[in-house]
Amino acid sequence: MLGIDDPQIWLAYLACILSALGCMVYGALNWREGEEEQAVKSGTQKQVIQDQ
Amino acid sequence: MAVSTSLLILFVIVYFACTFYVARLGYKKNSQTDGYMLAGRRVHPAIMALSYGAAFISTSAIIGFGGVAASLGMGLLWLVFMNIFFGIFIAFVIFGPGTRRMGLNLGAITYPEFIGKRFQSRFIQAFSGLLVAVFMPLYAASVIIGAGRFLESTLGINYNFSLLIFTVIIAFYVIKGGLLSVMYVDAMQATLMLIGMTILLIYTYSKLGGVVEAHQALTNMANLVPQALVDQGHRGWTAMPAFNSPIWWTMISTIIMGVGIGVLAQPQLAVRFMTVKDDRSLRRAVAVGGPFLLMMAGVAYVVGALSNVYFYRTTGMISLQVVPDGNTDLIMPAFLNHAMPEMFVALFMLSLLSAAMSTAAAQFHTMGTAIGYDFYQQGLMKGQSTATTVRVTQFGIAFTILVSVILAYLLPVSIIARATAMFMGLCTAAFLPLYIGALFWKRTTKAGATASLVAGSISSLFWLVFIHAKEAVPLGICQAIFGKATLLAGTWSLVDPILVATPLSFLALIVVSLMTPQFSPEFLKKTYRRRFEDEEEDASESASHKATDSAGV
Repeated sequence: MLGIDDPQIWLAYLACILSALGCMVYGALNWREGEEEQAVKSGTQKQVIQDQ
Repeated sequence: MAVSTSLLILFVIVYFACTFYVARLGYKKNSQTDGYMLAGRRVHPAIMALSYGAAFISTSAIIGFGGVAASLGMGLLWLVFMNIFFGIFIAFVIFGPGTRRMGLNLGAITYPEFIGKRFQSRFIQAFSGLLVAVFMPLYAASVIIGAGRFLESTLGINYNFSLLIFTVIIAFYVIKGGLLSVMYVDAMQATLMLIGMTILLIYTYSKLGGVVEAHQALTNMANLVPQALVDQGHRGWTAMPAFNSPIWWTMISTIIMGVGIGVLAQPQLAVRFMTVKDDRSLRRAVAVGGPFLLMMAGVAYVVGALSNVYFYRTTGMISLQVVPDGNTDLIMPAFLNHAMPEMFVALFMLSLLSAAMSTAAAQFHTMGTAIGYDFYQQGLMKGQSTATTVRVTQFGIAFTILVSVILAYLLPVSIIARATAMFMGLCTAAFLPLYIGALFWKRTTKAGATASLVAGSISSLFWLVFIHAKEAVPLGICQAIFGKATLLAGTWSLVDPILVATPLSFLALIVVSLMTPQFSPEFLKKTYRRRFEDEEEDASESASHKATDSAGV
């Protein structure tokens, strides 16, 4: 695989890339969650102001 | 192709100008103690992750380990995986949140103060500060020597002068601007490192005909491994060494040590967890930290190993044969100078300079706070000093920079070469067990933590000075006292201090903690308390989960 015969090496190669990708996905999910929360918060604040 | 000096000097001048500009941005935002020591506790996740990564990866991680990969092959990629998994994911998601929250609950502004206040012990704070202040200058000296030599060889300027320039520039922005300036500059340097390594990777693969083709060519070269290495278990650059062979053990211990030492217990890295505003920022930072480490260590090892293909095609020799005396440190520079276009070599040199500067800046700040604030102001003066924390720390930083430079001039190369491993080993044995205890085991007591700190540091130092041949021989203290190079011979003199001192330190922590009374429930409650913003964060998380659940229904 990938021009590398020893599975112990191509596994390491893939593990590096996948773990970095995993980090990006994990971080991105947390990023989006935070933005949604911000949006909800500011929406609620606007609503409160309008109600007042 | 050698790079022209005038082009490089131009690049370096522009680079230093950018450094000052970015450092000034940090300085202008920075007026109070929290700002100087902890960058205001509101740093952007991406800046924190880049700063953490840049402090973690020094020039030797790229040049030194790239050279090792050229010699031993791609098996070292397991170290990259471990670094990403433990060094970023576990560190940011498991260790980071507790450190940040507890640091804030206890009002701690440095790593020694964090563990000192967690265990209500000025001794722990002062002793840790002293440990950092005494031994980190060795490590810092090795980094500034590397940078000095690097500037000397690339710009052709006098070594002493380049060492001085390098140190003065860093000293200026670390002393004046504090941690926020350091982290801003780190982020700029990390970006430059990312650009440099990305170009290096793409250029190397394209030069060798593509990803699979390059790997295949390296696989096909297995018969070219020198007989001496084959005898020790080398089976080619794209194969793990033979199980249980000497090279296999070297590789496995490098990987295990790299994981053990490279990450969790280093004060200059752990303190960065306290610079962000909430737990979510730490989880967000993972998105930047993981890919950054892949692009630094991963690219260096792959390119290091592939340099064999390039040199074989162009000179008929493998990388080890191209450099004088088979010195692996010279392989990456030789590859860059031979294979890369001039413009890129200049850019890459700046990436390497960035790697050295960011590591040194993190060290200077940590050493300065350790000696000025933790040891002098909190330890010796018992918090009664009238000077402001920022002022004391500035003196501390200036003092430790001076010590590091003096050490860089005085110490023999053989000791400097081991300085990084010595410092990291000491950190692991002294700090890792009580750091884990502080965060995850409420039963840990003040006496248990003190015993662990003392047992870990003393046993580690004893093993370094009297048993482990790699340090004991160049230090020569054992020879002077007992008339022989090491007290124990054979396999014992090969066993790394970490493997002996860390278990001892854990044992001391557990046994002594179980024998002594634990902290009051009130103190533990205050320490482990989740703060308002955490509760808010949790509430919004559970709300969003509920929203998702109901959307699913």
